[in-house]
Amino acid sequence: MAFLIIDRRQQGKRKSAVNRQRFLKRFRKHIKEAVSDAVSKRSITDMDRGEEISIPKKDISEPVFRQGREGKQRRVLPGNKEFVRGDRIDRPSGGSGGGGGKASNQGEGMDEFVFELNQQEFLDFMFEDLELPNLVRKQLKDSESFKLVKGGYQREGIPARLNVLQSLRGAKARRIALGGAIRREIKALEKSLEELDGEEESDQRAELTVKLDRARRRLNQIPFLDDFDLRYNNMIQQPTPTTSAVMFCLMDVSGSMTQDIKDLAKRFFVLLHLFLKRHYKKTEVVFIRHHTKADEVDEEEFFYSRETGGTVVSTALDLMNTIVRDRYPSDSWNIYAAQASDGENWADDSPKCRDLLVKNLLPLVQYFAYVEISSGREQELWQAYDAIPDEFPDRFAMRKVGEPADIFPVFRDLFERKPK
Amino acid sequence: MSLREPIAEGSEWTFEALEAFERELDRIATDKYRLDTYPNQIEIISAEQMMDAYSSVGMPVGYHHWSFGKQFLSTEQKYRKGHIGLAYELVINSDPCIAYLMEENSLTLQALVIAHACFGHNSFFKGNYLFREWTDASAIVNYILFARDYIAECEERHGVEAVESLLDSCHALMNLGVDRFRRPRPISPDEEKQRQKDREDYLQQQVNDLWRTVPKKEQKVEEQWPRFPSEPQENLLYFIEKNAPLLEPWEREIVRIVRKIAVYYYPQRQTKVMNEGWATFWHYTLMNDLYDEGLIGEGNVLEFLQSHTNVIYQPEFDSPYFSGINPYTLGFAMFTDMRRICENPTEEDRRFSPDIAGSDWLDTLHHAMANFKDESFILQHLSPKVIRDLKLFSIVDDDADSAIRVTAIHNDDGYQRLREELADQHNLSKQEPDIQVWEVSLRGDRSMTLRHNQRDRIALDENDAKEVLKHVHRLWQFDVHLESMRDEKVHRVFHCNDDKVWIDSGASSNTPATG
Repeated sequence: MAFLIIDRRQQGKRKSAVNRQRFLKRFRKHIKEAVSDAVSKRSITDMDRGEEISIPKKDISEPVFRQGREGKQRRVLPGNKEFVRGDRIDRPSGGSGGGGGKASNQGEGMDEFVFELNQQEFLDFMFEDLELPNLVRKQLKDSESFKLVKGGYQREGIPARLNVLQSLRGAKARRIALGGAIRREIKALEKSLEELDGEEESDQRAELTVKLDRARRRLNQIPFLDDFDLRYNNMIQQPTPTTSAVMFCLMDVSGSMTQDIKDLAKRFFVLLHLFLKRHYKKTEVVFIRHHTKADEVDEEEFFYSRETGGTVVSTALDLMNTIVRDRYPSDSWNIYAAQASDGENWADDSPKCRDLLVKNLLPLVQYFAYVEISSGREQELWQAYDAIPDEFPDRFAMRKVGEPADIFPVFRDLFERKPK
Repeated sequence: MSLREPIAEGSEWTFEALEAFERELDRIATDKYRLDTYPNQIEIISAEQMMDAYSSVGMPVGYHHWSFGKQFLSTEQKYRKGHIGLAYELVINSDPCIAYLMEENSLTLQALVIAHACFGHNSFFKGNYLFREWTDASAIVNYILFARDYIAECEERHGVEAVESLLDSCHALMNLGVDRFRRPRPISPDEEKQRQKDREDYLQQQVNDLWRTVPKKEQKVEEQWPRFPSEPQENLLYFIEKNAPLLEPWEREIVRIVRKIAVYYYPQRQTKVMNEGWATFWHYTLMNDLYDEGLIGEGNVLEFLQSHTNVIYQPEFDSPYFSGINPYTLGFAMFTDMRRICENPTEEDRRFSPDIAGSDWLDTLHHAMANFKDESFILQHLSPKVIRDLKLFSIVDDDADSAIRVTAIHNDDGYQRLREELADQHNLSKQEPDIQVWEVSLRGDRSMTLRHNQRDRIALDENDAKEVLKHVHRLWQFDVHLESMRDEKVHRVFHCNDDKVWIDSGASSNTPATG
């Protein structure tokens, strides 16, 4: 009998990809909740991986008509040891179904449908519908992004850029030009032949016919399309304005920030950093850490260093102001800042912070978010900032965070995509 | 007989070895055992592809639906966690018969799987009467292709969501999409495509006629109109496809597609024990023949026996691993014992199975394979020895009784009863609720009434029934009622209208059972 062995291993691996996406889309609400829970529970070094998601089974069930568990149920079972006909067995406890129900229910007892969301999908759900507010395209001198635009035609190029219309137009012109003389000759010959009409067969007539044939053949020999007819689209590079953005992360590491509060602040910045890395490839991040004095530090130090001291918040804003003016002129950069603090500040410093913000920074930035981490009442910094949101409703936002579970919702809230 | 060299040894398989196994198995299966098969198409796939195949219910292609994605995710999760191993093979009732083999399988397993799928299942698909009558192996892959393209086209024209919710509704009624007592014409995809357009127009016209509200002349109400449907209809999907008042033509076509696929799977759902038993019996027999001829070595045969033992493992009822009767175990035990009864009948066998005791075993097995389904096979051929070996016993759990009763065990008194009870347990029409279209109010509110006949006072699972009723409503688009009948009296009535589902107990709406 004929048979066939086919090696399919190399082809068609992800046949279920569409169905998987359909599933994720249908239960997006559930999955989003689960993702949000997961983010709150994770350690801050571990935001960036897939997750096991569970959804209540009843929400995703596919119902069919089924028999219930009441009534008179009969079953045949294997493995009898001591029963004889007529024996009466007490129902196993915990099930109204009884009988075989106990055994057959095992494995189905779990109420959750559990599956694995991969890292990509997880981050998609995590940052869905988030964006940097007020992002605008700004001209950048050393822009790396170019747009290819059409710029006339050229004689050489790759086949993909062949311009058919131009090529055929050129070919037609060439055919007309080359064929003009021949066509005139043909016309003359035809006319002579017509004049001979009615007369006897003659040498002259034969000669004319031969000439006419030859001329027609010559006309036919002109190529329809020749190499030098071909025209290719010429593309030229045009620099385009790009969205270039810088995010300033300002974190308070003063003594009043307990380890827990610092963890919350870091958690917030980790999310922010992850979000920027994922959605805005070209974004630069400036990390500023302050106690009584502010320093620009690298990512490693920002998240892991243990330095601490008193509190003068304005130093951080000062430093940011300096850096912006030195390195990130606001006409070519979208400037963002996120500040996290417990809100406690050196006595006279908070009004100074406010002034710095309102006078120097806010006119330059696209968006400034302040996150105050305290479970009690608002602190000095919050009070000092209190009126700013009214003054700059688009550019300034502040939120309070009390516990780890607040971080992700607040983060989402701050960067939620606003309807345009 | 002089022993030949083993085809291959060790655990790594090669394509040459697979080919050699196929050839030798084919020789033995055809010449010695008269197994008639479709040509084999063996496809080697990876674990991930196997999971893909799982989620499209074994089809090489399938239309898109979230429920297949759910299936995939759940398989993937369990596999990753090590809760389940994937099947070694998956085989499709098609011509040529497509068998998927996992690349992870060892050499021995591949040989076993070829014997099991490519000769066991394959010959069952070709020989069993249910498959012959209900399915057309040469057409199924093309039909599924047609279905996928058609549904994709509908998604483009009418939106993914509309198609998806329609499919949800159809899937909920899939088990009620079969004429249990009438056999359909096998599906033929070429015709299908050709006629699909005509059918659309024609169908719509018929529906329009049925629901015509402009009276032709003055009529006396009530008696003038015959009952519709004139007899209760068990094929809900068919009834909806043909009679639902407001479905668009493309929606009817999709209902039809789901119905046709349900028909394709119907034989498989009724022959689990036989099909797996037959395939297991043959992989066991064929592998032993290979060993006897020296074509597989000692080491590989031990591995084979271990896999085989795992396949037919039957946990006892009180084991934590128990999850019902293993169809591989039961089927294998039955076919094996039938052979014994033919070859070495005892006194008891002559009493219980006079018709087969002492007959030619190969003829007898072929006859059984071709002409039975699980229910009738068990009723006819479950032997006392198999009952004793498995220590079967039957119980009744009646909620009117304070305890569970043991009604039969593996002794002389019990054999016949156990046969009957186990046969019932494999009878689809007794295991699934009996629900039929009872009446449609043609001239009234256009509501449709379904009727459920309870057996042994077993009611419907109410939560699921409510959900399914919403799906029926989605298709019918007018009020739907479901009367659940206990002893000829209405026990519960489920109602579903545009915005809610509720249940009346039988006492309050005691409509007598008419008709």
